[in-house]
Amino acid sequence: MADPVSFINWSLLALEPPGWGGVLLRGLLNSIEIAIGGYTFGLVLGIGGACGKLYGGPITRDLMECYTTIVRAVPELVLILLLYYAGTDALNYVLALVGIGQVDISGLVAGIFVIGVVQGAYTTEVLRGAIKAVPAGQIEAARAYGMSPYKVMTRVTLPAMLPYAIPGLSNLWLIATKDTALLAVVGFSELTLVTRQAAGTTKAYLLFYCAAGVLYLALTLVSDFLIRIIERRARRGFVEQS
Amino acid sequence: MTDTTPPDVTTHAMAFTPEDLPTLRSFFKPHRIVLLLIAAALIFCIVWFMRWDWLPQYLPRLGHGILITLAMLFSTAILGFLLAVPLGLVQVTGPWPLKALAKGFCTVIRGTPLLLQLWLLYYGLGSLFPQFPAIRQSFLWPYLRESWPYGVAALTISFAAYEGEVMRGAFAGVPAGEIEAARAYGMNRWTLFRRIWLPRAIHRALPTLTGETVLQLKSTPLVATITVIDVYSVISKVRQDTFITYEPLLLLAMIYMCLTGILVITFRYLENRIPTRGA
Repeated sequence: MADPVSFINWSLLALEPPGWGGVLLRGLLNSIEIAIGGYTFGLVLGIGGACGKLYGGPITRDLMECYTTIVRAVPELVLILLLYYAGTDALNYVLALVGIGQVDISGLVAGIFVIGVVQGAYTTEVLRGAIKAVPAGQIEAARAYGMSPYKVMTRVTLPAMLPYAIPGLSNLWLIATKDTALLAVVGFSELTLVTRQAAGTTKAYLLFYCAAGVLYLALTLVSDFLIRIIERRARRGFVEQS
Repeated sequence: MTDTTPPDVTTHAMAFTPEDLPTLRSFFKPHRIVLLLIAAALIFCIVWFMRWDWLPQYLPRLGHGILITLAMLFSTAILGFLLAVPLGLVQVTGPWPLKALAKGFCTVIRGTPLLLQLWLLYYGLGSLFPQFPAIRQSFLWPYLRESWPYGVAALTISFAAYEGEVMRGAFAGVPAGEIEAARAYGMNRWTLFRRIWLPRAIHRALPTLTGETVLQLKSTPLVATITVIDVYSVISKVRQDTFITYEPLLLLAMIYMCLTGILVITFRYLENRIPTRGA
């Protein structure tokens, strides 16, 4: 066997069409798009869920509990399949009732919805923990100033809980980037599926899977770097522990 | 990864833990009884109005699939934990090359999706092995042609990396006074490790172990993508054979919820068995 450097056919990774590099990068872009969209949607659901769990009536609280319990106890892969089919079917059903007829839901929107619902449950738990960590006196003080509940939320609770929430939220971002790989199973052409296609076509399995691994790792490391900066900024004024 | 800070409430929200289980008494509240009735009605509708005629035919295969899933879960969790102990230990007190190696391993495994690692092992290594005559003639070859060793390997590696990070924190978090006391008793390094350091570290890591095991259960269906016949792939087969979309998936979700529940209850029981002083 020849030495490994010439044994590997690097031209397969070229950006131009005979190589698959451009396809892989487009897949990565798709993955990032879904991760950002799903994460943002999850954040919105999570803020709602955390408020519902902390301040809602008993029924809201129980329903939120059911949502987070189910999502945390069922594998993401199963949830993604269920939501992917159920979500598109339900939307088409509603649209048919209104009289618009069938629409084709793009994989991107469906993917963002699915990742968002899964992330929402985790975000709910993270934010609930963080909000509970805010000293009660701060919220009482805000209330004593006569702020409305909404104002207390936006001016005191959310900014004050952020330093407590950031470790959990950054973990969730990393999970979101990795969960996008599961969409390969429902046939959305993100990085993992694209890699599989490239590897299957060229038979250079090891090369392409390693290349995709490097891309995912780069995404994680860059996110990690940014998270550290954000964390340092959010924790300014905190007493350093350890 | 970012969780260099001590484990706190917010980073461990991912997994279902014993604290999340409802107590029996908590069900007897008026609004909960109403909600339970609604849930019961919903389940009745699902059972009555949806198609379940395929179920008896596939029941034996489903049972077999659940066993495979559980076998995957426990074998990889135990193997992974055995790997995680040295990974964590080396990161706390190893010489620097080993430390860097362990840290690099954890970063790489935790930074890439499990599905990709699984496919890398199965398709990548799986396509590489037959090219070497030495491997084809070795006693391992009958196993390497199957798909489950690759699933076990990928899940073990992933569990080891995540749990290794936890064990690192646990080893580092054992109070220095206890280790100094052990040394003052004249224990040598191995006795110290075996009697004091390891048991204390495992004790500290136990709560997160529950969460990690539940997460591991949730990753087992990925092995279905490399043709291991676990419960997920039995359900996929049902869907292909009968063209029913939702019923098998609902049943699958139900099965996984039951498995998670049983797992969490077992862990709570085990955790209560271990005596804790003070707390």
